[in-house]
Amino acid sequence: MTAILQTQKLRVEYRSRDFRQGNKIALNGLDLEVHAGEVFGFLGPNGAGKTTTMNVLLGFVPPSSGGASLFGIDVRQPIARQRIGYLPELTYYYKFLTAEELLRFYAKIFGLTRAETDKRIAELLKLVELEHAAKRPIKSYSKGMQQRVGLAQSLINNPDLLILDEPTSGLDPLGRMKVREIIQRLKEQGKTVFFSSHELGEVEAICDRVAILDQGDLKAIGTVAEVSAGSANLEQAFLKIVGYQPSSAS
Amino acid sequence: MSKIFALAGVVIKELYRRKDFYVLFVLTALLTLGAGMVNFFHDDKIVRYVKDICLLLIWVSALVISVVTTARQIPAEREARTIFPLLAKPVSRAQVIVGKFLGCWLATGVALVVFYFFFAVVTGSKEHFWPWAAYLEAVWMHWVMLGVVIAMVLLGSIYFAAPSSTSTITIIVVGGILLLGTHLKIIALQQPEPMQFILTLGYFVMPHLEWYDLRDFVVYDMGLVPVRAVALATLYAAVWTGIFLVLAWLGFRRKNLTT
Ligand SMILES: Nc1ncnc2c1ncn2[C@@H]1O[C@H](COP(=O)(O)OP(=O)(O)O)[C@@H](O)[C@H]1O
Ligand SMILES: [Mg+2]
Repeated sequence: MTAILQTQKLRVEYRSRDFRQGNKIALNGLDLEVHAGEVFGFLGPNGAGKTTTMNVLLGFVPPSSGGASLFGIDVRQPIARQRIGYLPELTYYYKFLTAEELLRFYAKIFGLTRAETDKRIAELLKLVELEHAAKRPIKSYSKGMQQRVGLAQSLINNPDLLILDEPTSGLDPLGRMKVREIIQRLKEQGKTVFFSSHELGEVEAICDRVAILDQGDLKAIGTVAEVSAGSANLEQAFLKIVGYQPSSAS
Repeated sequence: MSKIFALAGVVIKELYRRKDFYVLFVLTALLTLGAGMVNFFHDDKIVRYVKDICLLLIWVSALVISVVTTARQIPAEREARTIFPLLAKPVSRAQVIVGKFLGCWLATGVALVVFYFFFAVVTGSKEHFWPWAAYLEAVWMHWVMLGVVIAMVLLGSIYFAAPSSTSTITIIVVGGILLLGTHLKIIALQQPEPMQFILTLGYFVMPHLEWYDLRDFVVYDMGLVPVRAVALATLYAAVWTGIFLVLAWLGFRRKNLTT
């Protein structure tokens, strides 16, 4: 199987502002491989290093040592990002643009032709149900609508790999369902999806494989069945792996 | 190249959809128009005085618009976190810098053309004198000069997080060069060493923005600057613009954007 996303002994240290403290080690030699066509869930408590991993993959943060590649191309080269889509954890888009203008701008960055762009924008606005608001400035959108614009922009180039940072956080149950459906549909189209999440139930339902990260260390990796072996479900396995002690008073 | 134009397009769209830009813009246009309305175009001295005021207004206004607009670009992208979905796409940081530069510079160009057009119409309708070629040279030189300023501001905006610091510093520096530039060599000669050496050195290494100020040519109808001189000045400004953009890129390239 080919690795579409790969990290090798990836280490990221954030330099501390206070020189008396040591540097913060966000990732401690992470080795990860995501294969073509997988839906891969990237789990871990807050501060585990999930966003940092994605920031390296996208070239925002340079590795302190080790490396990462997408489609076999080192992430330091912009071209590595030609075939990926990315949804950040928390983002606002250019508020003064309309959804359509925003998508058109990103399409130009990808070098799509005029015809491709028109077709793609129509499809995406339909997919995320924003056709009615497409010509309104984004600043007039609700939070859920902004998240949907985010999802639409991540798909503008019809990417083969999606990197989604907590795509369902802050959404209502309907919004979460919608995102899950979209991920499912992308999988059916043969896309690879790499996403971080706290919603273990949803991860269990849609992921082929998962990895559990804790304080920069990879604690477990494998299929949902492999990782939750010996526990009642993925949630129990997760809690055990990150060292949560259930109180015995129950 | 199309990526750079796309980036520039967003800058321009933002600018004409923001209200604060119009305030200065309309104010300058109105004042120029107002000055022309007053019926004193019979005394040569007063005419020159009014023209001088109008052009000064245009210079100050164009400088403020270009500096304030540019200083905001990169910090706003970082603050609103729009820089992340952008850089997650196949676009290099160099292209982002050049795109931002181009957007700000083109927008400034549009503002200049409108300002000078108002000026030309107002003075022309009274004096019945239309030195279009001189105006064209004045606009061009002004625009080229602002290109250097915009590149300088972009550089500053990489290092100063607050757009207001970048704006203040560049306006002071540019204002200083425009006011003192020509006199610096003379001032230097009157100073004791080592001040004389420092100021002389400063004169030779600073970008001579004051060369681009053709206001006197317009006000005193001094005719045209030789095209060769304009071409050389354009080249000189292009070199300075390039230097500032490269420095901005060097700073931006290594920048950890998550902090
Ligand atoms: N820019 C930064 N500077 C310093 N420390 C950071 C920075 N970004 C993240 N960290 C630290 O690195 C660790 C991992 O953070 P992050 O990757 O955001 O975790 P997650 O996304 O899994 O919640 C945390 O301890 C966090 O405080
Ligand atoms: Mg995170």
